[in-house]
Amino acid sequence: MTNRPQAEIVRQSLKKRYRKEKRFRAYGILAIAIALSALVVLFTDIIGKGYTGFMKTSLNLEVELNQEMMFLDDATDQKQLRMADFVEPLVQALLKEIPDATEADRDAVRKLINPYASTDLREALVNNPDWLGSTREMNLLAHTDVDVYVKHAGDSAYSIKLSEQQREWVDGLLERGIVEVSFNDTFFKGGDSRDPSRAGIMGAVVGSLLTMFVTLILSFPIGVAAAIYLEEFAPQNKLTDFIEVNINNLAAVPSIIFGLLGLAVFIGLFGMPRSVPVVGGLVLTLMTLPTIIISSRAAIKSVPPSIREAASGIGASKMQVVLHHVLPLALPGMLTGSIIGMAQALGETAPLLLIGMVAFIVDVPDGFLDSATVLPVQVFLWAGSPELAFIERASAAIMVLLSFLISMNALAIWLRKRLERRW
Amino acid sequence: MTSIPTTVPEKKLHDENEPQIPVVEETAASGPIVEGKTVGTPYADDAKFKLRDVEVFYGESRAIKSVSLDIASNEVIAFIGPSGCGKSTFLRCLNRMNDSIDICRVKGTLELDGQDLYDPRQDVVELRARVGMVFQKPNPFPKSIYDNVAYGPRIHGLANRKSELDDIVESSLRKAGLWDEVKDRLDATATGMSGGQQQRLCIARTIAVSPEVVLMDEPCSALDPIATAKVEELIAELSESYTIVIVTHSMQQAARVSHRTAYFHLGHLVEVNDTSTVFTAPEHEMTESYITGRFG
Repeated sequence: MTNRPQAEIVRQSLKKRYRKEKRFRAYGILAIAIALSALVVLFTDIIGKGYTGFMKTSLNLEVELNQEMMFLDDATDQKQLRMADFVEPLVQALLKEIPDATEADRDAVRKLINPYASTDLREALVNNPDWLGSTREMNLLAHTDVDVYVKHAGDSAYSIKLSEQQREWVDGLLERGIVEVSFNDTFFKGGDSRDPSRAGIMGAVVGSLLTMFVTLILSFPIGVAAAIYLEEFAPQNKLTDFIEVNINNLAAVPSIIFGLLGLAVFIGLFGMPRSVPVVGGLVLTLMTLPTIIISSRAAIKSVPPSIREAASGIGASKMQVVLHHVLPLALPGMLTGSIIGMAQALGETAPLLLIGMVAFIVDVPDGFLDSATVLPVQVFLWAGSPELAFIERASAAIMVLLSFLISMNALAIWLRKRLERRW
Repeated sequence: MTSIPTTVPEKKLHDENEPQIPVVEETAASGPIVEGKTVGTPYADDAKFKLRDVEVFYGESRAIKSVSLDIASNEVIAFIGPSGCGKSTFLRCLNRMNDSIDICRVKGTLELDGQDLYDPRQDVVELRARVGMVFQKPNPFPKSIYDNVAYGPRIHGLANRKSELDDIVESSLRKAGLWDEVKDRLDATATGMSGGQQQRLCIARTIAVSPEVVLMDEPCSALDPIATAKVEELIAELSESYTIVIVTHSMQQAARVSHRTAYFHLGHLVEVNDTSTVFTAPEHEMTESYITGRFG
């Protein structure tokens, strides 16, 4: 050992310590910067690709509802409705708007109109039978090819399927306001469809809500009750330890295993129907329970023992100590854990694929036992679709899913801030 | 590792400056500690608590070694002794607060008014309504001042009407000398009070259920001298209607508030005497060593 004065030694080491601290801070900032930039890239990509999903291309046409042209003279007659021609009035209306198109171009013109537009016309007529014979101003969906051309002309990622002539027509119609790009209300109204322009997210949103409801009403009470029992009442023995270890293990089980379990038990053994929110909710409950139990136990553990002692010192029974004191103090933590668990469940795809919630379902589900799909599965379906127009729908669906997740997390934070009591 | 000498000089084993833990039984009153033998006046005629040969085990280790003691009605008895001597453990046997510790076992006879505390038929909730407890750290519930005091009467159903409950809250807060300070903010949260106020609130909360005995586990160790003085004043007033058992590290406090003082050492109850005797002419040499500050 040299005989340097101590202050000198300390000063020497100080420099080193400060350098270390600076380096450590730099690492931290770097890590955050990487995370943030990943987030920015993700969001710009999704929003950049997806915002067009929130817009639709439609045709403003003056449709002449001619009885002879449609082979229909009574719009309340089911038999006639089945036989009637709802395409012809649309084609004629559009032909009128394109001066240089002749009768020979009618196929090319027809392909500018969405195949489902005739269905919309039929529906409108069924709802308003007195329209027959009059001329109506109608807003009808354009063909997906038109939609893609209007939104993505010049984008090499999209192939434009319209012919030169059709493009010219569309350009002309766009200038005159016959072809119009507006907010995509169809996307928020209907269920899935084979036609990207008609495809909507509502079926998946409702399916997700129904599934989440089942998950919440099952997993929160069961999870909290299990946590309270394990934390407050369970005897300290091997069995309790075994249960504890296994709950922790369950939290790490891949979610697809829960899907297999759901398939084997709920569908196979109990004979429940496929693709329904109840089974989805049950499977997600199994998946969410460990998360809720673990976070609830942590919340119960964080209640200071002095509060328990105070209550039992006055003569509160075990149950009263738990219900009056421990539970209110642990509730914010329990809620936060549960909401985070629910958010996880909301974004879960794999287990739901196995119980058939991946089916192509057009209708918005109207109950817990109606076939449904959920948001992440809808994203999965659209993202895997060969039609490019589905890609923007998938991105739009991701945005909807993300906004649900963000609002759930915001709710969790708000609840925690609101309910947390300090002492 | 230091090498151990094969022969140890006899003198080293009996260093005069160290307190001796006896191995041999001696009958002399002022001699080393003898298990189960307490000098002074451990017994009383009008015993509220009758405790005989009490032993407490934490797992395998014996924390309390054959302690016998009577606690008289309306007396203030102070438990003193160095840290880890078992005085808090012993105190917590008196309302079975040790029940919550799984590895803790209590042996011996513990009677409150002739009723066995550890009888399986004895309801612990009822016991704690009769024997209240104030803890070392003020531990008010994170609720309003009113709700803190009203909690006990509410769960025990002591008040039928709101007005009765109001009366109990007011009289408890008055007894705890807190009423004038808080009467205008009964709805304020209790955790916003000062430490001393919180501790007096805890005392008010304890006496709101009208217990017969109040156990206090170092009630002033987290308080400043002024708050301590207030709590001590309060103890003196409460002693008129309650039996009080107080554990304290402060010998001055024991001298100020208690009628009798019990000195614990390593799980033994060494001496019990009138407080004045203990602090002026202790019978046992260990007591003397402790109160004169030679160890502890």
